[in-house]
Amino acid sequence: MENIPQGRSLWADARKRLFSNRAAFVALIVLSMITILSIFGPLLSPHAFDSIDWDFVGSPPNFEKGFPFGTDAVGRDLFVRTMYGARISLMVAVVASLVSLIIGVTYGSISGFIGGRTDSYMMRFVDVFYSLPFMFFVILLMVFFGRKIYLVFLAIGAVEWLDMARIVRGQTLSLKRKEFVEAAVAGGLTKWQIIRKHIIPNTLGSVAVFLTLTVPKVILLESFLSFLGLGIQEPMTSWGVLISEGADQMETAWWSLLFPATFLATTLFCFNYIGDGLRDALDPKDR
Amino acid sequence: MSSHLNPLLHVENLSVDFEVGRKSLFSKPKLLHAITDVSFNLMPGETLGIVGESGCGKSTLGRAILNLVKISGGKVVLDGVDLGALSETELRKSRKDMQMIFQDPLASLNPRLNIKQIISEPLEIFFKELSKADIEKRVLEMMDVVGLSRSYINRYPHEFSGGQCQRIGIARAMIVRPKLLICDEAVSALDVSIQAQIVNLLMDLQKEFKTSIIFISHNLSVVRHISHRILVLYLGRMAELAEFSELYNHAHHPYTRALISAVPTPDPKISKEKKSTILMGDIPSPINPPSGCPFRTRCPKAQDLCAQVRPEFKDHGSNHFVACHFPD
Repeated sequence: MENIPQGRSLWADARKRLFSNRAAFVALIVLSMITILSIFGPLLSPHAFDSIDWDFVGSPPNFEKGFPFGTDAVGRDLFVRTMYGARISLMVAVVASLVSLIIGVTYGSISGFIGGRTDSYMMRFVDVFYSLPFMFFVILLMVFFGRKIYLVFLAIGAVEWLDMARIVRGQTLSLKRKEFVEAAVAGGLTKWQIIRKHIIPNTLGSVAVFLTLTVPKVILLESFLSFLGLGIQEPMTSWGVLISEGADQMETAWWSLLFPATFLATTLFCFNYIGDGLRDALDPKDR
Repeated sequence: MSSHLNPLLHVENLSVDFEVGRKSLFSKPKLLHAITDVSFNLMPGETLGIVGESGCGKSTLGRAILNLVKISGGKVVLDGVDLGALSETELRKSRKDMQMIFQDPLASLNPRLNIKQIISEPLEIFFKELSKADIEKRVLEMMDVVGLSRSYINRYPHEFSGGQCQRIGIARAMIVRPKLLICDEAVSALDVSIQAQIVNLLMDLQKEFKTSIIFISHNLSVVRHISHRILVLYLGRMAELAEFSELYNHAHHPYTRALISAVPTPDPKISKEKKSTILMGDIPSPINPPSGCPFRTRCPKAQDLCAQVRPEFKDHGSNHFVACHFPD
């Protein structure tokens, strides 16, 4: 049994199409570069993210002294702070999206597959969560538990999984009428085995697309919370905090707004392009 | 088929109702009677063809036998075991003995799994003790049996034609050596030349594995190739049941006669001479079936009696059962 040709799985097909989409491919590379830079960038700089240089308060970009992005109003290096901000923003994005992915996909597929009354109850519960005012929810969390970083993850994750659950439920409803699911029932699989093996893998196409569109939303949400002072606590920072500070002094220190904002915008662009590319790559109508 | 043997499958007064059109939370739902009072026996190694027009409950009957839809009345006894009395776990285990082949070959295969994963799935469920190598060996053997090249084992469903997909579906069903195989319109989505191949494959498999087959189709000319006996359904009720040649030559029920006369004949001379009965009108609504005989609204011979009394399904000799007040 040598020479057995490997089949082209739908994922292999999609990957090929994604990589041949120039915009998505460039976006993927730029995004990886930003990620790598945010991890290793701070090592290149002589300054720490929270060390204050009293000789260079509010300095414009100065390459000789090792401040490529300039310094902020209290003399901290903006390059290192932007990279730390990137870490936090990307981490929030990844963790909150993963939380929404896991809860949303599990919840949605169970609700859709079991159907009937269980489905109604589970979806009404989602509706109740939807109707909670988000800001009020976050402010309450912060007031009761203090400003902790994981609360930001929790708050965003608790809201984002609702959309995911709805999308997966919709997909599941159409999938469970397919003949291969009936074949799986006839094949003696349990409900949970069917959900795991036949339902979830077939929803992952739209889930992947939705996820890449959730990530920028989460980054913006975190920036928004930090901008309002509900997110990350000093001296730790995120892009939202940096942009908020930069916006206060953009008339005198343009660099403090320009660099974090450029990074944020580029990242969001990249995610949106990847999302677009994924949607095209996974759309079976293309075939 | 000798009748002194114990039947493999015994279906007794099987009924399936669906709730439809519930307008508000508190109004009583309407019932759609998909299957009403269907009873028959199936012998080991026998093929029963089930025919009828669209919407007469053929597919529902197949699914009800496998307990894929909820049964509202009656019982299905497979090999002496009443399937309705089993718990969910026991029912799952008994599915080893009954498998199904579906109408749409591509839709019945999960597009994310390759052929090996698809065919081996029931094996992994029902024969947990098998090693990976054993499973692969059996999958390869089964692929030989259904006429798929061994080199396809790692491919995915979208890389195959309809006929090949149906072979994959047959391999998945037959790999657990079921005693009962239900083919729900298994060939109607295929080209005519492929239909013949698949029907022949099913007949070969039946000889090899001694499987009983229920072959559901709207196409009498396909059914007659494979079936020993044929059951004609109309509006979820049994209209006629007889051995194939008996039914074909001496159909008693006007509906069966209409069905047979609708089968196209290849010779134009014969088909000109042949007097064909064309049924007028549509099949009545199963939510609100006609009183008396369900066929009376379209029957050329309908009389007052047909509207008042439902004809009994009774034996007219030589195991030929008909439900009609005025059989031919």
